[in-house]
Amino acid sequence: MAQDQRAEIIRMERIRRDFRVGSETVHALRGVSFSIREGEFVTIMGTSGSGKSTLLNLLGCLDVPTAGEYYLDGIPVRRMSGNERATLRNRKIGFVFQSYNLLPKTTAVENVELPLLYNSTVGRAERRARAERALRDVGLQDRMNHRSNQMSGGQQQRVAIARALVNDPVIILADEATGNLDTRTSFEILTLFQRLNAMGRTIIFVTHNPEIALYSSRTITLRDGRIIEDRINTDVASAAETLAAMPPEE
Amino acid sequence: MNFANLIHIALRALSSNKMRCLLTMLGIIIGVSSVITMMFLGESQKQSIRSEISGMGTNLIIIQPAWERGGVRASAADLQRLRVADFEALRNQSAYLRSVSPVVSASGQAIMGANNTPASITGCVAQQLDIENYTIEDGSMWGDADVRSASKVCVIGSEICSKLFPDGSSPVGQTIRFNAIPVKVVGTLKEKGGDNDDRIFMPYTTVQRRMAGIRHLNAIYASAATEEASTAAVAEIKEILREQHRIHQGDEDDFQVMSMTEMLESLNSILGIMTLILSCIAGISLVVGGIGIMNIMYVSVTERTREIGLRMSIGAKSRHILLQFLIESVIISLAGGIIGVMLGVGLSTLIIRLLDYPFIFNGFAIFISFAVCTVTGVFFGWYPARKASRLNPIDALRYE
Repeated sequence: MAQDQRAEIIRMERIRRDFRVGSETVHALRGVSFSIREGEFVTIMGTSGSGKSTLLNLLGCLDVPTAGEYYLDGIPVRRMSGNERATLRNRKIGFVFQSYNLLPKTTAVENVELPLLYNSTVGRAERRARAERALRDVGLQDRMNHRSNQMSGGQQQRVAIARALVNDPVIILADEATGNLDTRTSFEILTLFQRLNAMGRTIIFVTHNPEIALYSSRTITLRDGRIIEDRINTDVASAAETLAAMPPEE
Repeated sequence: MNFANLIHIALRALSSNKMRCLLTMLGIIIGVSSVITMMFLGESQKQSIRSEISGMGTNLIIIQPAWERGGVRASAADLQRLRVADFEALRNQSAYLRSVSPVVSASGQAIMGANNTPASITGCVAQQLDIENYTIEDGSMWGDADVRSASKVCVIGSEICSKLFPDGSSPVGQTIRFNAIPVKVVGTLKEKGGDNDDRIFMPYTTVQRRMAGIRHLNAIYASAATEEASTAAVAEIKEILREQHRIHQGDEDDFQVMSMTEMLESLNSILGIMTLILSCIAGISLVVGGIGIMNIMYVSVTERTREIGLRMSIGAKSRHILLQFLIESVIISLAGGIIGVMLGVGLSTLIIRLLDYPFIFNGFAIFISFAVCTVTGVFFGWYPARKASRLNPIDALRYE
């Protein structure tokens, strides 16, 4: 298959994650295995308690599995120290959160520069240039010096996406990235994600909203810490078309 | 990650909360400016007193009969132990003294026509003017011949001069009366300032015989050849006088010798202690300011938990977070220190000008202030910063 020739970005092997709550052990993930290749747009679905947040934390190298191994871009993560994972996140991962998490009273371009400030190999001029390019990629070229509190939710989320793009990550992890937005803006953001995916970006979108799955190329569904479905979507809907079909705003 | 980036991050974080920054700084500003003011004022006051004493002659040594010996007050006889022979022995034998003068004092009213003024009379030899740093303004000083013949001549201080001759006429050649004894004014003294201008100097023989009716001396004034020679001169004086008074080894002196250098030293140490105490009190306000920083940094860490989580998720290591918060608190305290130093220097300049003290620029005080501010920033910023750096990024991101 042509798909198999694409580089493997993420590989999870029999991942288990246990938490101790008091005297009990909670098995949040009970042996999860899958791999994601370059250029995929994967939706990870599940109700609350299904383990999708735990999986997201593991995928984002914010947490390490109790058992099993996780390879990010070929690098085994489980035995890494906290600082090593911080550097790995800085170079390989772009996060997009539900509540944007922009720095308050800070301009768009400064927010987007932030990951590069923690990368000493990027100089001042390059930092600014890359931040501006990322903002252009998300269509905010005329909002660069607006402060985060002067922007709408959709614009703020675009800034957050630009921030996730600026370090040129191998994967973009979106956690309910449209959860705080109205339907129209949600589709604008989805359109942006689809466009980035078309440009070759690998995207994982964690959500409990089944509608999102229609717009991604693959859906992994979790329940009770196990994958119950891993389905390739051959008929990806276009968010741009849905958006165009929506009644115009008053 | 380089340090410049961290400073950049800290500055951005601070600039988004300017009002809070300024209020936090206020504690440090008040602390530093009061420490600086105290230290500057202390130094200037010291200098002012030092120059006043130097005006009296830093080489000055005063010999008096001992007032107390072994806890018992001296008897009248004890107070008469300084003799003219002692003065002569000092004058002839001493190697470290530039000049020596016997002193017999008297006080009373000086009268000229309808004018009169209280005056203190110093009976001495002509060298007394040199010892006490007086200079002749008008006329001339009387001489050794006047001492030998116990002449009724005097030189008078500028205050006496203006009191007795309010019309501005020259007193030289005029005869004033002192306790009914007519004395001829041969010279006037230049103004010295302070309480030093109501003096009348006469030959000691005149005061002994015609006014006080005594044969002993009240004191002997001497002047060391140099300020450095003061200590040696004091030892020498003691040796000569013990021999003169035939005091056995192991017995106490029946006189006391005081040098200005010693007085200056003890005064300096008293002033130093005072400055230290005041600076310490001011320093307490600096500590209070530091606690203010700690308080605000704590609130800031809690308030910015999500921001910390975000920074960690995009690649900040825990030491970056630690350093960021430390740098923030050091910037606050150092900026407060800079403003405080400027305020303190301004304030003390103003007070010093009002008090007419000499202005001494105390670089040490400024250095200390900055050092203390940095230490304060690190010390009080450390705990909140460590708290921030130990947050778990997952929990921090979900913090509401």
